[in-house]
Amino acid sequence: MSKNMKELPGTPLSGKELKSEKVITFKWRPNAKYAWSAGIAYGRFLDELKAGRIIGRRCSRCERIIVPPRMFCEHCFVATDEWVYVKDTGTINTFSLSYLDADANRIKDPILVAVIDIDGASPGVGILHLLGNVAPDKIDVGMKVKAVWKPPEEREGSVTDILFWEPLED
Amino acid sequence: MNIKKRVAVVGAGITLFRRRLKESGKELSFHAVNMALESAEMTRDDIDSVVMGTAPDAFDGIHMKSENLLDGAGATQKPYTHVYVGGGTGVFSPIGGWWHVASGMHDTCLVVCEEKMSPCFPHPQTAFRTIWDPITSRPLNPNLVWIFALEMHRYMKVHNIPKEHIAQVAVKNKGNALDHPSAQLGAKITVDDVLNSEIMVYPVNRLDISPPSDGAAALILASEDVARKYTDAPVWLDGVGWALDSAYWTNRDLYYPQYVEEAAKMAYKMAKINDPPKEVSFAEPYDPFTYKELHHLEGLQLAKKGEAPKLTVEGVTARDGDLPVCPSGGLLGVGNPIAAAGLMKCCEAFWQLRNEAGKRQVPKAETGVCQAWGDLMQVGTVCVFKRDS
Repeated sequence: MSKNMKELPGTPLSGKELKSEKVITFKWRPNAKYAWSAGIAYGRFLDELKAGRIIGRRCSRCERIIVPPRMFCEHCFVATDEWVYVKDTGTINTFSLSYLDADANRIKDPILVAVIDIDGASPGVGILHLLGNVAPDKIDVGMKVKAVWKPPEEREGSVTDILFWEPLED
Repeated sequence: MNIKKRVAVVGAGITLFRRRLKESGKELSFHAVNMALESAEMTRDDIDSVVMGTAPDAFDGIHMKSENLLDGAGATQKPYTHVYVGGGTGVFSPIGGWWHVASGMHDTCLVVCEEKMSPCFPHPQTAFRTIWDPITSRPLNPNLVWIFALEMHRYMKVHNIPKEHIAQVAVKNKGNALDHPSAQLGAKITVDDVLNSEIMVYPVNRLDISPPSDGAAALILASEDVARKYTDAPVWLDGVGWALDSAYWTNRDLYYPQYVEEAAKMAYKMAKINDPPKEVSFAEPYDPFTYKELHHLEGLQLAKKGEAPKLTVEGVTARDGDLPVCPSGGLLGVGNPIAAAGLMKCCEAFWQLRNEAGKRQVPKAETGVCQAWGDLMQVGTVCVFKRDS
C-alpha cells in the first residue's frame, strides 16, 4: 500500500468463527459427476495397460516417441503416425515424498511420487507415477526402476494397473 | 508492432490479505477499486472499460465468478472482460487492460483482481484436484503440491542447489512483508526455521509455501495524454509478454521455465530493455513457493541458470541489495489470494516507482519487472513498469 494511505479495508475471520457460524454462512455441496471418454490415444494406452504393456506414439516429423501417447505432435503440429511399444522400465527424473493426501490432510507414511523417464521413449519423456518397495532415503534421481503390475485379472484399464515402480536389480 | 498509445498506471488499491475475510468478494473488489480511484483522483465515470482477473471459479464455488463480481468491480454498463490464465492471471490482467488502452480503443481501463479461497472445504487444495488430467493423473490421487515438489527437486538436482540457499527466500520475503500493511505472514524467521518446519511434500517444507488467502487489488490504466491530465508522476506499463507451454509436463525438463523466458523476452523487447540485469532496478517474480522466486529470476534473465540461489545468499536480492527482489514481501509474506497476489506485485511496482512505498522503498527505482506463473507449470506472464527518468 502507498505511504499516502493509512487504513486498509478487510475484516479478518478465524476458521473457528466461520465454522461456529458467528458469521452467517451458507453451505452447498456440489453433486456433479463426470464421465470422460479417454479419447483415441489414451483409449488405446489404457487398453494396453490392461494387457500389461505401455504404448506410445511416434511423430515421423521430429522422430519423438511420446508417452502418454497423443494422436498429434504438439511440437510439429502434425498427426503422429505410428504406435510404438516402449518398455516397462525407466529412470527417475525427479521425485518427492508426499506427507499430504489429495485433500491436504497430513499423513504419516509418505506417498512416493516420481516422474519416470520411460525406456524406449525419447529422452526426457516421462510419466507421473508412484514408487514402492524402496526406503524413501534410498530413492534418488537417476535410479533405474521397473513397473510392478497388478495381477491381470485385477486390471481395469487405468494408470493404476501399474501399482508402482520399484528399483531395478542389476 | 503497431502500438497506438503509451499506457500509464495512474492509481492502485489493495485490501488486507488474510486466510479468511468477512467481506464478500464483491465487497473486497469494491474496496480495492475505491482506493485505486481515490489514488488516481478519478471517479467511476472516468473509467471507460474494466478487466477482471480471478483464478479458478472452484475456490468460490461460483461459476462465472467474474460476472458475479462485476458490480463490486464498478463494471456495470461498461465494456467488461474476464481474463484468466490460472496462477498467471494477476499479472495477465494488466496485460488485458493494456490491450484496451494501447490499441487506442479506450482512454482508461480499470483492472481488478479478487480471490476468496476461504469458502472451499476441507481445503482449497480440494478444488485444485480438478486441474489434473482425469485419465493419466487423477487416478493416482495427486495433490497439487506434488508438481511443485517434483519441479523444485529437479531444479535442485540439476544445479546441485542446497536447500539452505532456497530457504533464504522465505527469510527475505517474510521479513520484507513486515513492512507491508496488507501482509498476512510477515515474520522475522531464520533459515533453520524453514528447514525445521514440517515437511509437506519433500523437499517442500511448510515455510516454503505461501498461504491460501482472501483479498483484492486494483490498478487504473490510462493512455499517455489522459494520464498527464491526472498526474505528474505516471508510471509506464512499457512492456508486456506472456507464453504458455505444453500440458504434457512430464515430457519437459522442469529444471528451467522456458515459457517465462519467452514471456520476458517479449516484454523486454517492447520496453527496449537490452540488458535486463543492468537495466531492471527491482523485480517482483511470482513466489508461491521459495524456489519459484529463484526459478523465475532465471527465466526472467535476471540471473544465470542455477545462480539465483547464490544471489539470494549474497544479499543481492535483499531490499538494499543491487537487485531487490520481492520488496513487497511477495506471496510468501503478503499472502496468496491468487489473482490478487499477482496484481499486488504490479501495485508494488507502481508504489515503488512513485517513491510511495514507505518503509519498503528501494533506492533508485526506475524500472520494475513483475511476473506470475501457474497452471501445470505452464504459464509465464510479465509486465515491465518504468517511470520518467
